[in-house]
Amino acid sequence: MDERILLHMKSISKSFPGVKALKGVDLEVKKGEVHALMGENGAGKSTLIKVLTGVHIEDEGEIYFEDKQIFTNTTLQAQKCGISTIYQELDLIPELSICENIFLGREIMKKGIIDWKATQKRAKEILDDMGIDVEVTSILSSQSTAIQQMVSIARAISINARLVVMDEPTSSLDDKEVRVLFEVIKKLKAQNISVIFISHRLDEIFEICDAITILKDGERVGYSLIKDITKLELVSKMIGKDASQIISRKKSYNKDKMSNENIIVTKNIVRDPKVKGIDIEVKKGEVLGLAGLLGSGRTELARLIFGADLPQGGELYINGKKEKFNLPKDAIKKGMGFCPEDRKIEGIIPNMSVKENITLAILPRLTKMGIVSRKEQEKIVNKFIQALKIKTPHMNQAVKNLSGGNQQKVILARWMCMNPELLILDEPTRGIDVGAKKEILDLIEQLASDNISVLMISSEIEELMHACDRIAVIRDGKKVGELYAEEIGEEAIMNSIAEGHQSFA
Amino acid sequence: MEATKKMTTSTNQTIDWKLFFNKYATPVLLVILISFNVVFTPNFANINTMWNILIQMTTILLTALGMTLVIASGGIDISVGSVMAISSIISAKSLGLGVLPAILVGLLVAAVCGLFIGLIIAKFKIQPIIVTLPMMIGIRGIAQVTNDSQLLNFDSPAYSFIGTYKFAGNIPVQVLIMIIAVAVVYFISNKMAFGRYVQAMGDNYRASRLTGINTFLVIIGIYVISSALAGFAGIIETARLSAADANAIGKLMELDAIAAVAVGGTPMTGGRPNVIGTVFGVLIIQIITVAVNMNNIPYTYSLVVKAIVIILALWARRNK
Repeated sequence: MDERILLHMKSISKSFPGVKALKGVDLEVKKGEVHALMGENGAGKSTLIKVLTGVHIEDEGEIYFEDKQIFTNTTLQAQKCGISTIYQELDLIPELSICENIFLGREIMKKGIIDWKATQKRAKEILDDMGIDVEVTSILSSQSTAIQQMVSIARAISINARLVVMDEPTSSLDDKEVRVLFEVIKKLKAQNISVIFISHRLDEIFEICDAITILKDGERVGYSLIKDITKLELVSKMIGKDASQIISRKKSYNKDKMSNENIIVTKNIVRDPKVKGIDIEVKKGEVLGLAGLLGSGRTELARLIFGADLPQGGELYINGKKEKFNLPKDAIKKGMGFCPEDRKIEGIIPNMSVKENITLAILPRLTKMGIVSRKEQEKIVNKFIQALKIKTPHMNQAVKNLSGGNQQKVILARWMCMNPELLILDEPTRGIDVGAKKEILDLIEQLASDNISVLMISSEIEELMHACDRIAVIRDGKKVGELYAEEIGEEAIMNSIAEGHQSFA
Repeated sequence: MEATKKMTTSTNQTIDWKLFFNKYATPVLLVILISFNVVFTPNFANINTMWNILIQMTTILLTALGMTLVIASGGIDISVGSVMAISSIISAKSLGLGVLPAILVGLLVAAVCGLFIGLIIAKFKIQPIIVTLPMMIGIRGIAQVTNDSQLLNFDSPAYSFIGTYKFAGNIPVQVLIMIIAVAVVYFISNKMAFGRYVQAMGDNYRASRLTGINTFLVIIGIYVISSALAGFAGIIETARLSAADANAIGKLMELDAIAAVAVGGTPMTGGRPNVIGTVFGVLIIQIITVAVNMNNIPYTYSLVVKAIVIILALWARRNK
C-alpha cells in the first residue's frame, strides 16, 4: 500500500431541511487502501458519499484528490476525477443488456455507430477478470441482484476509476458471492485503486479493510487502522454504548412449549423456475427461518404464500383450512403481513409521510364512510413511533428522508398495527446498522412472545441462529433440511445447504 | 427530535427563497398574470370580465379536477374531451324524458365510459395513454354519429338553468358548481382513504399492491370519477349554449386539463394530488385565453402565449 493520500475531504458540512446531516466531517483515504466507513443509520455515511460523488453539493468544506482541490458538483464531474460509486440501490438500467449497462454513456464506437463486437468482448474480459461467468448479452433484469451488483462494479472498473465507493456491496450477496467480491477488491488494491467500503458486517470490515473512519450523528468519532482496533471498540464507538449488549446470543428454546397449531401449511407448492415443490409449516408463535443461498427460491416461496405471485400448483392451508392462493389483499385479510426484500421498490411509498406509510394497510379500520379519522391515525402512529423508536423529526416527514433502518421500522409498524397472525420478513435487517439490527431482532422476539408467527428470510446465518426457533433450508427450489433451535449452529446450516440433509426432526 | 428542529434555523436565506418559489410558483405566477392584465388589458379590471372568466373556466376546471386524481395515480386520461361530447349530445337527445332524467342519462353515459376505461386499464394492465387514445377517437365518433354530426338545438329553459342562472342577478351558477366540485374532490383527495390509495399507487404501485390496496377498484373509481366530471362539464356547456355540437364540444379539452394539472403541481409521474394547485392552473390557462382575446390577438398566437406560460410555470416549480 502506498502511504500517499489519494482523497482528502476536509470539514464537510451539509444540511437538509430539518436536519444537519454532516457537521465538519474529515475523511482521508490513502492510495490502494480499502477504507471502511462505518456508522449507524443516519450517521451521515450516505450523505458523505453523495457529497463526494456529486449527488449532493456540500454547504461547507473542501475535497482534495491527488493533492488537487476538486469540485464534484455533478456525478459526471466526480466520474471524470476518477471516483466511481456502486450504490445501495443499483443505478443500472434493468431493461438493457449487461454489456450495454457496463458501457452506458461511453459506448465503444466505430465510424459513428456502436461496435457491438468490441463492446461484448471488452465486457466479457472485465467480468472474466472478476471471475464472473455470465452471458454479457443477457438482459440485466433477468439476472440476480448479486450479478447486477457485479455488473455495477464492472462498470466502475471499466471507467478506470482511481477510487471506487461501495455502499453496502455485500448486503444482497451470499457468502460465496462475497468471496468473489473480496477477490475483486483485492485485485483493485493490487492496481493501486482505493476503495471506500460501507458495510454493517463487522467480519467483512475486519477481513478486507485497511483503515476505518467511524461516523456518528454527522460527526467523525473515530479513525483508526484496522489492526489497531477491536470489534468491540468499533461497535461501542458507533453506537456510543456498552458493547456487551450487542454480543449475539443463541436463542434458548423449549420444544415442549411449542404449539402444535399450524398457522400456515404449504404442500408441494410450485412456481417455475425457482420453487419446485416445497412443503412448509409455520406454527403459532414460532419464528421459522428460511435459510439458503441467494436465488435458492426462499424469497419466491415467501411471495407465493403472501399472494404477491401466483403459484402453478400446490396447496395452501391457513389455520387448518384449505385456501385458494390469492392476492396480497386477501392474505392480509387472513392476518398476514409482508416486509419485502427491497424496501425501496416494494415497501415504502417514498413521498408519503411516515404517518401515511404506517397506516396505509390499516386504513379501512380507521375509516368511517370512507373518511379517515385523523385522531385515530395519529394515535396509532405515535404509539408505533415510540414503541419501535422510529427516528423522524415528526410524523409528517416524507419517509424517503429517513434512514434505511427507520424505513424498515416504518414498514414493520405498518404490519404490526394490523395485529397480524403471521409476519413474513424478507431480509429484515438488510442494509441496517448494528444498533438498529439488534432492535429489529428484539422486535421479532417480542412478536413471537406475543404469539405472532414469523417467517424470516436472511442471508446472515448468525442472524437466523439468533432469532429462529426452527430453520428450513432451501436449496434449488426445494426444502433440503429442517433444523430445530438446539441443533442450529452455523456448521449445521452450512452442511445442510451444502449437502442437503433431510430433516433432523 | 427537538435538536433536529433547532438546527433548521441555520439554513440560509437563498435556499428558503428557492423552496418558496418551488412551492408557490403557481399562485405567484397567477398574481403576476393578473397584475399584468389589470395594467395592460383594457377593461380587464371589470367585474364582467371576472364573471366571464369564471363561466368559461368551468368546463376546464371540472375535467382538470378529475384529471388531478388520474395523474396523481400515475395515469392519464386523454378521452375526457370526447366524453364531454358524448354526454352533451346524449343528454340533449334525452330531453324528451324530462330535464332531470336527461341530465342523469348524460352523467350515466359518462360514468359508463369511465367504467369501461378503468376496467381495461385495471384488468389488462395496459398503459392508460394507450387505452384512452382509442377511447378519445371512438367516443367522439359515437357522439358524432348520434346526431349525424349535426348541431342539435333545443329550447328548454329548465335545462339551460344549470348553465345560465345567475344568483342575485350577477353571480353565475357555475361559481357554485365549481366551489362544490373543488370541495368534493379536495375532500376525496385529502380526507378519504380513497385519496390515500390514489397517491400511494401513483408513488409506488408495487408497494401499494403488497400493502393490500385494492388497486383494481381504485383504478376503476378514478376513471369513473374523471369521466363523470367530464360528462358533467359537457352537460353544463350544453345547457349554457342551449345546443349540443358533438364535433366541437370538449375538443382539445384534455390538453388544457392536463396542462392545468401540471402547472398546478401534481407530479406527472404520480404522487400527491394538488387540488388547489389545479384550481390555480386552470385560472392561469383561462386568464391567458381571455386576455389574449380581449387584446385582439389572433387565436393562433394565443396558443403560443399559452405554451410559453405553461413552460414558465413548469420551470418555476421544477425539482432543483
